[in-house]
Amino acid sequence: MATTSTADPTRRDMLYIATGAASAVAIGAVAWPFISQMNPDASTLALSSTELDISAIPEGQIVTIKWRGKPVFVRHRTKKEIKEAEDVPLAQLPDPQTDQARVKKPEWLVVVGVCTHLGCIPLGHQGPFDGWFCPCHGSAYDTSGRIRQGPAPRNLEVPDYAFLTDTKIKIG
Amino acid sequence: MLSKTSLGMIAAGLMGAALLGAPAFAEGSGHDQMKPTRLSWSFAGFFGHYDQAQLQRGFKVFREVCANCHAAEKLAFRNLAEPGGPEFSEAQVKALAAQYKVKDGPNDAGDMFERPARPSDTWPSPFANDNAARAANGGGLPPDMSVLAKARSYKRGFPWFVLDALPGIQYQEHGADYIAALLQAYKDEPPHGVKLDAGQYWNDIMPGNRIAMPKPISDGQVDYTDGTPATLENYSKDVSAFLMWLAEPKLDQRKKTGFRVLVFMAILTGLLYATKKRVWANTPH
Amino acid sequence: MSGPSTYVPKSAIGRWFESRLPVMGLVHSSFVAYPTPKNLNYWWTFGAILSFMLVAQIVTGVVLAMHYTPHTTMAFNSVEHIMRDVNWGWMLRYLHANGASMFFLAVYIHIARGLYYGSYKAPREILWILGVIIFLLMMATAFMGYVLPWGQMSFWGATVITNLFSAIPLVGDAITTWLWGGYSVDNPTLNRFFSLHYLLPFMIAAVVGLHVWALHVVGQNNPAGVDIKDVEKDSVPFTPHATLKDATGIAAFVILYAWFVFFIPNFLGDSDNYIMANPLQTPPHIVPEWYFLPFYAILRAIPSKLGGVIFMFGAIVMLVLLPWLDTSKVRSAVYRPVYKILFWVFIACVIGLGYLGSQPPEGGAVLAARILTAYYFAHFLVILPLLGLFETPRPVPASIAESVLKGDTTELGKA
Repeated sequence: MATTSTADPTRRDMLYIATGAASAVAIGAVAWPFISQMNPDASTLALSSTELDISAIPEGQIVTIKWRGKPVFVRHRTKKEIKEAEDVPLAQLPDPQTDQARVKKPEWLVVVGVCTHLGCIPLGHQGPFDGWFCPCHGSAYDTSGRIRQGPAPRNLEVPDYAFLTDTKIKIG
Repeated sequence: MLSKTSLGMIAAGLMGAALLGAPAFAEGSGHDQMKPTRLSWSFAGFFGHYDQAQLQRGFKVFREVCANCHAAEKLAFRNLAEPGGPEFSEAQVKALAAQYKVKDGPNDAGDMFERPARPSDTWPSPFANDNAARAANGGGLPPDMSVLAKARSYKRGFPWFVLDALPGIQYQEHGADYIAALLQAYKDEPPHGVKLDAGQYWNDIMPGNRIAMPKPISDGQVDYTDGTPATLENYSKDVSAFLMWLAEPKLDQRKKTGFRVLVFMAILTGLLYATKKRVWANTPH
Repeated sequence: MSGPSTYVPKSAIGRWFESRLPVMGLVHSSFVAYPTPKNLNYWWTFGAILSFMLVAQIVTGVVLAMHYTPHTTMAFNSVEHIMRDVNWGWMLRYLHANGASMFFLAVYIHIARGLYYGSYKAPREILWILGVIIFLLMMATAFMGYVLPWGQMSFWGATVITNLFSAIPLVGDAITTWLWGGYSVDNPTLNRFFSLHYLLPFMIAAVVGLHVWALHVVGQNNPAGVDIKDVEKDSVPFTPHATLKDATGIAAFVILYAWFVFFIPNFLGDSDNYIMANPLQTPPHIVPEWYFLPFYAILRAIPSKLGGVIFMFGAIVMLVLLPWLDTSKVRSAVYRPVYKILFWVFIACVIGLGYLGSQPPEGGAVLAARILTAYYFAHFLVILPLLGLFETPRPVPASIAESVLKGDTTELGKA
């Protein structure tokens, strides 16, 4: 058995490197399914859209619906609220965005109801800007759902949505 | 090198493992029961994969015949478009789903309502609950078909069940063979001298030979559009293949991954063995 | 082999850490410098293979628990959800289900190796008994795990096994009700089995720690059955020699494991377990998983409820008592010509019991099971005590080095 003692050292090193590399590949390949299994599964991904009939929402009211486990605010804005949102100079905004860029029809504002600070749900028609006010840490949003005051870094997120008809929207 | 004793030990170990691994199958009371014929399936073997055209035909049979009485709660419409399945297009699946109504709600008024199904919905069951299914089927409950092809099997006996585990001749398609055979094993009359109760039918494959399901399908009952002859034999094979997919939708991915794993592990084992030999080279042992 | 470590870390930080928590020294003395008998064959890699399987089962199990729901109405569906929707869920579940079988296959080989080479003899009795405890914990874990998918075999297996306890005189029924948390196997039973199925593997891991500790105190047995006398001549350092050999063994074992997982994943299962549990209908033929079959055969061989239960547990008690039942002074079967044959007869007896356990208990099968049960106990209670007194062993080598030089090990398979 003891005949390979004079084996060429380069060939021996190659063998060690190849074995080590193959073992590393094996560990990496095994790790992936264990990581990937925590991502949303196929049934969760399939449930990505929600439809809402908006004909029954009176002017000035906010309706909250659940989409992907989160609240979505659908706000039927009054003329005054629209005007307030449109008249704000961009320079006053921590996260500058025009109101037009955030709505498809001016009367209807659709935003994800999750404070961009740490995930609480802001209260509607409250706070200094009459938009939303987050009770957790005092972030205040305006009638376009934009951050105006407080620790939140960004405006309320606008989800993907579309008007299927004049009275029906599909979120997601 | 392995010596005789070691080989003996390996042989005995394998034999033991194989013997102990005896999957026990339900033996029916009818001892003259026929065994299903072993058919050739596209999804058998090392490189087995589903035949999309066959699954599409099988789905047609399932939809037009089986689904009238059998539920398939784990089948979502979206599954029909997933890779390794019948692979209908997304648009086809959307259109298909829209033909079915599912219950949803409650709406703002607190009422449940019906709406057209979406791809994320599951296949609507033909009956509201098990009791309704029994009442409509003479007291028998048509089993849910979601995993039926894995829930049915037949006994192969020693030594076949040992050989069925061996690479190259492995056999895992008992369920598909059983269902295909059962659909073709109806007899109009029971054997001479045997009396069937009301609501019982004679089947050569069914354990105990008495089955509560009337002969479900005959030649020409379902239209095939791809030129495959519309015979009972083809219906049976196609719907069995479909049910196998329904029970094991990840089979294609499983076998593909498995082949890569085996090749890789063989190389890794070889490398480790060579390295080990190198390290031990100067040690008499 | 034990005692203070001579390990000194190379870096200053390493030395600082080591003087406060000498964990590297522990690892070094246990898994690097630890002297391993140089004549070990591949049957000795099953210890490492079992460690690997324990880790594999815990890791896949923890991940499956993230998706599983322990409730009678949802358990079966949540397993199907794992098989269909969870990313790689089908693979994780098949790894776990077949992993249990691989774990038992490896443990049976590991036990058989111990029986063949006399690894239970002084001074390794505690090491051996710790192993039997691990085996018992494994059986409890596997049994409860099999209940979780809530198929027909899960439910009826749980019903039959928990009913075993009702055989205990006076308090049997009370114990069974207590185990169930109700009047039959139901939701409380499923919930507690899930909880315990999650707990027990960590207890196994703890006992494995003791098992390895005991092993490192008394040293490994080896095919020659003589202890290390001269560390230079008789042993090699654990790393890289044993580490690489174990890695080779594990890799080869994973090929077998992968074959089952990817190509015949349901071969060792029962088709009835793909039918959701129905408390109103028992399947025509109830069988446990293959690894319980020999014990199941013993249970059924005894025509008395309490007797069957006593003999079944007695079969394990035999293993506990084995170090004192075997009277031979020679460890390894290599130097015991008669025991060597009787070892294989015993293995055949256990395999035979396993086969009979899978068959319906009718006719000749019952008689055969009784004969094999009698032989199983006779092997421990009659044959081993007497054989040690009457058998003439072949001369045992003075040292491991001598047995290697004489070429004794060629018989044991060296590679």
